[in-house]
Amino acid sequence: MTQTLGTPAPAASPTRRLEIIDFLSRYGTLIALALLIVFNLIFTRNFATLQTLNVNLTQVCTIVIVAVGMTLVIATGGIDLSVGSLMAISGALAPMIFLGKIVPIDNVYLAVAAAMVLAVAVAGLLGLFNGWLVAQFGIQPIVATLVLFIAGRGIAQVMTNGNLQTFKIPEFQWIGLGRFFGIPIQVILMAAIVLLAAWCLRRTVFGRDILAIGGNEKAARFAGIAVGRVKLAVYAISGLCAGLAGLVVIAINSASDANLVGLGMELDAIAAVAVGGTLLTGGKATIIGTLLGALTIQLVRYTLLANGVPDAAALVVKAAIIVAAVWLQRQGRTS
Amino acid sequence: MAEDLLLSMRGIDKRFAGIPALSQASLEIRRGEVHALIGQNGAGKSTLIKVLTGYHRRDGGEVVFDGRPFEVHSPQQAQAGGISTIYQEINLVPFRSVAENICLGRETRRFGLLHWKAMHQEAERLLARFNVRLDVRRPLMEFSTATQQMVAIARAIGFSAKLVIMDEPTSSLDEQEVQVLFGVIRQLKAEGVSVVFVSHKLDELYEVCDRVTIMRDGRTVRAAEMSAIGKLDLVSLMLGRDVRKAEGHATAFERHVGAGNGEVLFAAENLASGQAVHDVSFQLRRGEIAGFAGLLGAGRTETARLVFGVDHPRAGSMRLAGAPHAPRGPAEAIAAGMGFCTEDRKVEGIVPEMTVAENMMLAVLPKISRRGLLDDARQKEIVEGFIRQLGIKCSGPSQKIRELSGGNQQKVLLARWLATDPRLLILDEPTRGIDVGAKGEIQRLIKDLADKGLAVLMISSELEEVVEGADRIFVLREGRSVAELDGEAAGEAEIMAAMAHGSAHREETSP
Repeated sequence: MTQTLGTPAPAASPTRRLEIIDFLSRYGTLIALALLIVFNLIFTRNFATLQTLNVNLTQVCTIVIVAVGMTLVIATGGIDLSVGSLMAISGALAPMIFLGKIVPIDNVYLAVAAAMVLAVAVAGLLGLFNGWLVAQFGIQPIVATLVLFIAGRGIAQVMTNGNLQTFKIPEFQWIGLGRFFGIPIQVILMAAIVLLAAWCLRRTVFGRDILAIGGNEKAARFAGIAVGRVKLAVYAISGLCAGLAGLVVIAINSASDANLVGLGMELDAIAAVAVGGTLLTGGKATIIGTLLGALTIQLVRYTLLANGVPDAAALVVKAAIIVAAVWLQRQGRTS
Repeated sequence: MAEDLLLSMRGIDKRFAGIPALSQASLEIRRGEVHALIGQNGAGKSTLIKVLTGYHRRDGGEVVFDGRPFEVHSPQQAQAGGISTIYQEINLVPFRSVAENICLGRETRRFGLLHWKAMHQEAERLLARFNVRLDVRRPLMEFSTATQQMVAIARAIGFSAKLVIMDEPTSSLDEQEVQVLFGVIRQLKAEGVSVVFVSHKLDELYEVCDRVTIMRDGRTVRAAEMSAIGKLDLVSLMLGRDVRKAEGHATAFERHVGAGNGEVLFAAENLASGQAVHDVSFQLRRGEIAGFAGLLGAGRTETARLVFGVDHPRAGSMRLAGAPHAPRGPAEAIAAGMGFCTEDRKVEGIVPEMTVAENMMLAVLPKISRRGLLDDARQKEIVEGFIRQLGIKCSGPSQKIRELSGGNQQKVLLARWLATDPRLLILDEPTRGIDVGAKGEIQRLIKDLADKGLAVLMISSELEEVVEGADRIFVLREGRSVAELDGEAAGEAEIMAAMAHGSAHREETSP
């Protein structure tokens, strides 16, 4: 008995620790975001201005748009490494069409419409190809999408002969530069996509099917869910999102460089998804979480830059945040 | 008195999110005894074991093992301390050799490299103790489940375990393999190793165990010599109520009247597919429970998968309500009015991260949704209806299914299929790994479903369940349907004869 008295009672502390972890894994991203905003309000000059908000939102837009598609893919237990390359393809193809390099189109509106629709559609079809590899042949998603991760950028470079395409076409560039009641168009686009996806995930049979497949693919199959078709759909959606993000990027830059458009985007998107609280193994996903995750990463970077920390150091901090998020997730699950 | 005690757990408390899973539970194991640990699902057996092996941290109580306080924080530490656990699902690496599996985590090294020869000798030596001789260089997955279990036990002994915990070790073994396992357990006992034996099969306990601890609702309700306690007492202690009625009848099935007159709903002829199904024919009638009896590997589950469109037959034909039945996938089988409660709840049944409601609605969603939109009111109505009707114990429709006990998970899965309003329901081992109480409820439910006109195909490895539950019994043997018996007239002897010899003895009259 004396021995048991000697050892510390293993009672309260572990439970409380688990409760804290559980709380953090649920609201951690939101808390981090709130802390960052408070910190900036106090220390960063000119933080509480519309301009700062606009800068941050426009910078985060493309990541969020891509990350929404990524969330759906990850929710099925997959991953999509090809998104950055698909952005490059869409970003290379669109100017070729509206600059009339393929077929001259006289009407600028027609040319821009054709460019946008075709560029996004091609990205979507390539996403469909990813899904086909995964669903039809059972290839591991990381390998299947590696194909276009590598080949995609090559295709974009071949299409443009590696040349920089520059343009000044307001009829197209509204997607990256335009404003509606003072709100940048791409922010509105981002908000619409986030809301639509969040609604889909929660309120439709399709969303339920996605989570069921990620949660237990065999059980989903036995329950009559068309697993292959759902997978095709999520990879296609991811492709469409990437295609759209590619357009936004080149519109902002007034230029398209196949070497740079979407470079490293797959990792930014996956990071946003992970930080947002979506289970990387599938079955549990939150679109709003992904938005918060992307905002957090963006704001960390902004905070560091605004306070004179170099971008290279910001990368390290970003990595630390991701590690912390994934760690919290694991803790939350074993509790 | 305490000197022959190997393990003493006293006053163990454990709460999950404030809800007590164990309260003042205790367990005492003597040196060299085989100790049965029994209780309904949710009684706290596995929680108690997980506390002991460091998987869960206890909230209170003391553990003394081998004369010293036992404080471990992981199963690895417990293993190093002399407690090895063999789980229901064998936790080994199927691709690696038998020797590698046995030596996993304590490989013999020489000059910093693996010393293969020493490892092979060690593995052979350990297995030889149980009279198991096999090529330890071959990958584990090439061997039968029973052999894999031997390997798991040999591995446990290799860690010089003083206590081996076996969690439902016999659930995937056939009769003969069980006897081999019992031989191993007796051998362990002779060597002074204690064994904790968790099982739902009462006969086995009397055959191999010395003492028993019975748990209920997170408490230890009785510890006794096996010989001093009757079967009926065991059951009533587990259930916490008087079950004298259970004496004559091992299952909750009652013969129902008027069965066997229903029209044939489904017929399969000469089905064949893959390695497991060679020539299977049977018919299912409305309002009737048909039982598939057979040893492991007889092709029962594989046949069911053909019916449900998971796999596709290489030969043979099926008819459903007179029309040809050749589903390309489960979705088509479901649309044709079929449901399939699979054998392995965890692997093919539940979606663990989802709620009770979401799991229950999984198969019926397309049917009750308009243009792909979820209909909350409709779902709520159905889910709450089934929770009430089937007596599912959960905190509500939005509780995660993984937090439920096995019996309640099974009820949710039954509800998943009942929600689709099927006319044919396939139940693969519907009561496996479920405690006595929930088992009876599920058996009664199956009978009610048949009474309402459903055709039920029940696969069960428990002979008494088939004999007492089924109106018609099809015996499968090595992928062939070898006998069709009337459930009323058939006895266990007849069925076993068919399993063993390929024909019930009454058919042996022909020259």
